[in-house]
Amino acid sequence: MSTVWPALEEILIKVEKPARYIGLERGAQKPAHDSKNVAWLLTYPDVYEVGFPNQGLQILYEIVNELEIGEAERAYAPWIDLEAIMRAENIPLFSVDTHRPAFEFDVVAFNLSSELVYTNVLNCIDLAGIPLRSKQRSVDDPLVGAGGHCTYNPEPLAEFVDFFVLGDGEEVITELTNAIYAWKSNSNYPKSRNDLLENLSEIEGVYVPALYEVTKDSHGHQLLEPKNELAPKVVEKRTIADLEDWPYPKNQLVPITEVVHDRLNVEVFRGCTRGCRFCQAGMITRPVRERSVDQVRTMVKSGIERTGYDEVALTSLSTADYSDIEKAVALTTDDTLSCGQVSVSLPSLRVDAFTVGIAATIQGVKRTGLTFAPEAGSWRMRQVINKLITEEDLYGAVESAFSQGWRRMKLYFLIGLPTETDEDTLGIATLAQNCVEIGKKYTKNASVTVSVGGFVPKPFTPFQWFGQNTTTELQRKVNLLKDATRNMRGIQLKWHDPKATVVEGILSRGNRALADVLEDVWRSGGTFQEWSEHFDLDRWLTAMDNHELSVDWYTYRHREKTEPLPWDHLDAGLYKDFLWQEWRDALEQVGLEDCRWTPCYDCGACTGFGIDHVVASTSPPVGGSQGTWQDLENGGTRPQLLTIGTRSKGGDKH
Amino acid sequence: MGRIRFASHRDIAKVWERALRIANVPMIYSEGFSPRPRIAYGLALPTGSESDCEYIDVQVDDSNGLPFDLLEVSGLLTFHLPEGIEVNGASVMEGKPLSLQQTVTSSVWDLTVNEDNVTVDLWLGRMNELKEIVIVRERKGKQVIDDIKPFVFSLEKGTNKEDGKVVVTAELGTQPRSLRPSELLRSIEPCLSEYKLRRRKQIVQQGAARLDPLEVDGATRMRIPIGAS
Repeated sequence: MSTVWPALEEILIKVEKPARYIGLERGAQKPAHDSKNVAWLLTYPDVYEVGFPNQGLQILYEIVNELEIGEAERAYAPWIDLEAIMRAENIPLFSVDTHRPAFEFDVVAFNLSSELVYTNVLNCIDLAGIPLRSKQRSVDDPLVGAGGHCTYNPEPLAEFVDFFVLGDGEEVITELTNAIYAWKSNSNYPKSRNDLLENLSEIEGVYVPALYEVTKDSHGHQLLEPKNELAPKVVEKRTIADLEDWPYPKNQLVPITEVVHDRLNVEVFRGCTRGCRFCQAGMITRPVRERSVDQVRTMVKSGIERTGYDEVALTSLSTADYSDIEKAVALTTDDTLSCGQVSVSLPSLRVDAFTVGIAATIQGVKRTGLTFAPEAGSWRMRQVINKLITEEDLYGAVESAFSQGWRRMKLYFLIGLPTETDEDTLGIATLAQNCVEIGKKYTKNASVTVSVGGFVPKPFTPFQWFGQNTTTELQRKVNLLKDATRNMRGIQLKWHDPKATVVEGILSRGNRALADVLEDVWRSGGTFQEWSEHFDLDRWLTAMDNHELSVDWYTYRHREKTEPLPWDHLDAGLYKDFLWQEWRDALEQVGLEDCRWTPCYDCGACTGFGIDHVVASTSPPVGGSQGTWQDLENGGTRPQLLTIGTRSKGGDKH
Repeated sequence: MGRIRFASHRDIAKVWERALRIANVPMIYSEGFSPRPRIAYGLALPTGSESDCEYIDVQVDDSNGLPFDLLEVSGLLTFHLPEGIEVNGASVMEGKPLSLQQTVTSSVWDLTVNEDNVTVDLWLGRMNELKEIVIVRERKGKQVIDDIKPFVFSLEKGTNKEDGKVVVTAELGTQPRSLRPSELLRSIEPCLSEYKLRRRKQIVQQGAARLDPLEVDGATRMRIPIGAS
């Protein structure tokens, strides 16, 4: 075992924020190295401040280090200034825990949470001293793995990554560790890399791209076939049945230097069944698995005592939907627990007065900003995307917030959604203006920040067949909103760069042919593409051109039902028929309710895997139209229509 | 000492706040929208520097008498602070003492530089000769022209070497503004560049006495015997 620390120590004073690279965080581990063990380098392919809080990485870090045969350390993408010095002085990618060089690990595993980090993955592989493409690697090179939401379409990275894991990592990481350990320790094993890859592919949830033959149909669509009978025809995602069995992280890391989400995070449930049709997270993480309120309390209490944090966030995809939310909030704000100095935050608020009421209770005197996500500017549009918030609910939430002392709030919207008209887009400005008007009753400084992002269709959602809006179209819609809000006092408009949206779109539904594009962009210096100061669309367009690939074909084109999709060999639990039905229903503005509290409509996530929702309380939380089946008074007329059976065909998309 | 030297003054402030909470020290919090514990951090240590002598003031609620044993809490804090930070002593200050920034009059530094013996000797010779060294320094975003010579209390070549490099030992004044080691090294030609800085001592000059900040008037000192840090 070796360390790059002495070399690093000499240069750290020359770089920005050197504390990114020193480790020493509370909870950090220094595993004793044993060459027989399986050593994982869990790598977040973005800068430390962004990667550090990632809960998935921290959970796996603990699980592996609890194994007798496992060692896990962490790495983050070095910022551009350090990378330049590392390359000049031949310092490889290293772990922050013991500053061990990446190539000494058995596995370098990446968390993929956004398409724009893909070139950073290539950069980290290269900095690790590992050959860039899977097929160039020898038996002595570390395995390169990846997990996280982007693995539901891993094809653009398939040439660079040896194995992908679909779904929850808690169980599968131990199975992978065991398999690698067996391969390493059995002297009879023919020690070829391919043997190991075949062994890994037998583990449920593990996809090994090298074991599949790539062909194309007559329209140029990618088809994959297993090269032999060992690799599964379809790789199914992994799902842990009960979150209660996995109270991780038990020792959440506390950083030395400031990071995003710098607070204690306690995950109260995983999964979401609201069924928003644009939302990949909500589709691929089904079913809902809640922790008991007792476990939440225990995790908060021990976490606060251990970390010294004065803020705890109850995290999930929509925490106000936690069935025992009132009790959870009451217990976590309990003074004996917190000495009165701990504040609680709900990072994802539902849009209704009830939720704001909870936020007011827990935030006490702290009145930080409130963020709501109505997602679309008109009721019609919200029916299309199945985000069934009535205007009454939004205004109720806003009124409740301003009346309780908030002065500013942020509203999130998507533009470029299926069937969107300019009327829908401009509805965003009207909604925001009405919110400011409500606020003016309470404070003359009422302000609303409107944040709009261009919609990127994602695999395993009902919108996976939709042709994304072009950059020009998205920019036109941004301009419409700029014009509309120019003279509205109290409204700040912010938008995500439509140029970045197109790159996300190319990669989101891309295939293996994009490997050359990724390599070109990376070689031309295109790293940290999530950072606007480093993003450069021209690099991508040039690379697409050079390899004769069409942005239009990859991104802007609507897909037919019969078209093979690059992720057809993967299974996120959802029946393709269900997704297609949802796509048709979307186009006809037909809503679908939350199946936690209503009969199962059989999307496949539970029935296909023999699992079910796990809820903390048998009765749902109250709420408005965003609430539940049982309580829709706030929304006035019941907004949802139940649809069963096949709907009439036809109905053109636009 | 060690890796933690790369954490900034601001980072270390947060680290202290959390460690004090973990150790259950009953701190007094500020009023207002966002209550913060009342902690004062003294003279900032430049990022990348080591130190044997950092001090903080913590306001503690003693309405029911001092609620904890200083020795015990110091040990607990060392346990909960990151590797490289040790609590070596503590004093009780009654009433409203002057802040550390106002109290400390000078710091003694070991300045390990990249330049060779010849260059360092030349630099030292000129430094000691000059009656006045006027430099432009930046304070709170403003350019200030200062004669720094009165801030240089003593300056000599150290006897030890660090990683085979020459060490200059300097005592630098801190009132009303501190002279930063980097400013000193760059103040005259041939400019020196720091390899590693280490603050050895902070001194409170009271009359003829040169005191440790834990020993100033009004302080009741609890010395914590520990090994060299």
